[in-house]
Amino acid sequence: MQHGKYRFIVGFLAPPLLVYAVFVVSPFVQAFQISLTDWSGLVGTARFVGADNFVRLWESEEFWNALRHNVYMLALVPLVTLALGLFFAFMLNVGGRRRPNQVVAGVAGSRLYTFVFFLPQVISITIIAVIWFNIYNPDPDDGMLNSLLDAVGLEGLQNAWLGEKSLALWCISAVMVWGHVGFFVVLFSAAMASIPRDVYEAALLDGAGRSHTFFRITLPLLWDTVQTGWVYMGIIALDAFALVQIMSVNMGGPDGATDVMPLRLYLTAFRDSQYGFAAAMGVAMLVVTMAFAVLTLRFARRERIEY
Amino acid sequence: MASPRTPRPSAGPGRPGVRPSGGGVLNVFSHGILVLWALMVGVPLLWVLWSAFKDSSGILTDPWGLPTVLHWENWSNAWNEANMGRYFVNTAIVVGGSVTGTMVLGSMAAYVLARFTFPGNRFVYYLFVAGMSFPVFMLVIPLFFVMRDFPGTSLLATYHGLILVYIAYSLPFTVFFMTAFFRTLPTSVAEAALIDGASHTRTFFQVMLPMAKPGLISIGIFNFLGQWNQYLLPMVLNQQEDKYVLTQGLAMIALQQGYENDWGALMAGMVIAMLPVLVVYAVFQRQVQAGLTSGALK
Repeated sequence: MQHGKYRFIVGFLAPPLLVYAVFVVSPFVQAFQISLTDWSGLVGTARFVGADNFVRLWESEEFWNALRHNVYMLALVPLVTLALGLFFAFMLNVGGRRRPNQVVAGVAGSRLYTFVFFLPQVISITIIAVIWFNIYNPDPDDGMLNSLLDAVGLEGLQNAWLGEKSLALWCISAVMVWGHVGFFVVLFSAAMASIPRDVYEAALLDGAGRSHTFFRITLPLLWDTVQTGWVYMGIIALDAFALVQIMSVNMGGPDGATDVMPLRLYLTAFRDSQYGFAAAMGVAMLVVTMAFAVLTLRFARRERIEY
Repeated sequence: MASPRTPRPSAGPGRPGVRPSGGGVLNVFSHGILVLWALMVGVPLLWVLWSAFKDSSGILTDPWGLPTVLHWENWSNAWNEANMGRYFVNTAIVVGGSVTGTMVLGSMAAYVLARFTFPGNRFVYYLFVAGMSFPVFMLVIPLFFVMRDFPGTSLLATYHGLILVYIAYSLPFTVFFMTAFFRTLPTSVAEAALIDGASHTRTFFQVMLPMAKPGLISIGIFNFLGQWNQYLLPMVLNQQEDKYVLTQGLAMIALQQGYENDWGALMAGMVIAMLPVLVVYAVFQRQVQAGLTSGALK
């Protein structure tokens, strides 16, 4: 066609493709390769060991412990986060006072609420971890949560929080929920805005109340967005690295109660120099993530509603 | 939306301004929950701000108390003693370079993929898009060795090394987003420029990029926030203290915090690290929210 077209295409495509191939694609391929060796990081020491690392992984009590914690989070965190996100988005957009000439309305100040709710999403995870570390501080006077409980006369509920084996994982999960609810409020608000108003109008004329409107109209029409949000939140629940690394007692403690797969991988590689074994964990994480995404999208599928 | 000039007779017997019964009660309840959540989110963040003016013992023994004396020295301690100034400059250099690089390389690739037909177009596009589904954790080990054993020089703990990695890991979403954006732009203007004798390169920089400005702003903010707050990649690839970025510096101080350490300076440091993203968020609230949520719907 035009003069110099291919030279232009190659010139424009080569630099980004080169950077991407070197730093993203080649590590992806190498991850599988390294997982089949006993590499300790020194050049020339890698020995091919086949599936040994995966057998070792299968028998590793520590890894199953970490995986179990990720699965707990995977079951709970998306459920609570999406439920709260839906609830708030519905209240902000539909649950407002009905003026005589308005079928659906948001509550007053919904823009301000959305602004505040979304804040944790733009702040670094490190800062969130440090803040919550102070909230959970076990000291009855120093800890923000404990001193708040004391001030409102609920001393009985004071706890060691992150130092308590049975509570620590749930305390960290709560921070994940806290940080992401605002994201889903914004996401679901955008989806709700695209639902035609006359659908609500018809429901109102038929005498539907708020909860009916929510479960019969809003939720079914939002199902696609909920499903994508579920996968997104699940992938976040499979991570949890920064929160656990910064907040938990002795990295993953007390006594392994908050250990998660990414932390295991990080310590195995960069503390213990067992790169081959850690790479096998990485491959296992890819499998778990993919399985989760495929299963969710498969089982959550419903008849698509057109409007 | 219904305007006040078109009242609906079907909406009830009341005069304008009279509420249907029941709505009011529910509203007190729903507002209560919304206020409660806003406080749960807002107060911990404000707490960082007011603690940045307290001394260590005040933060520890009276966590909820407002500062009685304003300890301005926290800020200079954070900037100088706790090295936040150095980490801030490191972060600014790396993020400045990588956001610029991501925008330039990302829109170059996206433009070619969106506007030209050539063999392999689809393959390259899907290769980029597939990158969105690779878990970064799986890649960090090999990436560490790619950087360490880079031909000629180690890229570990260097500005240019981090910049290249940030660009590479931002490309999948940037290419995905910008390709869709370039497809929506009209072709007639670019064709006119070509007929007038402009080269492809000139058409791209002088015609197409200015037209793509709204898309560039959204994706630029998206990349800025993500790269400013990046934690895992610098943790693994940047283990030399004088090259630390803010997130690393804060994590290090927080992990080492004991009774002898300066909590006031840590709080001031957190405010320093948050300030740029909060300013961007306050100014571009709509674009930030739209950009980050569109990232989830990839």
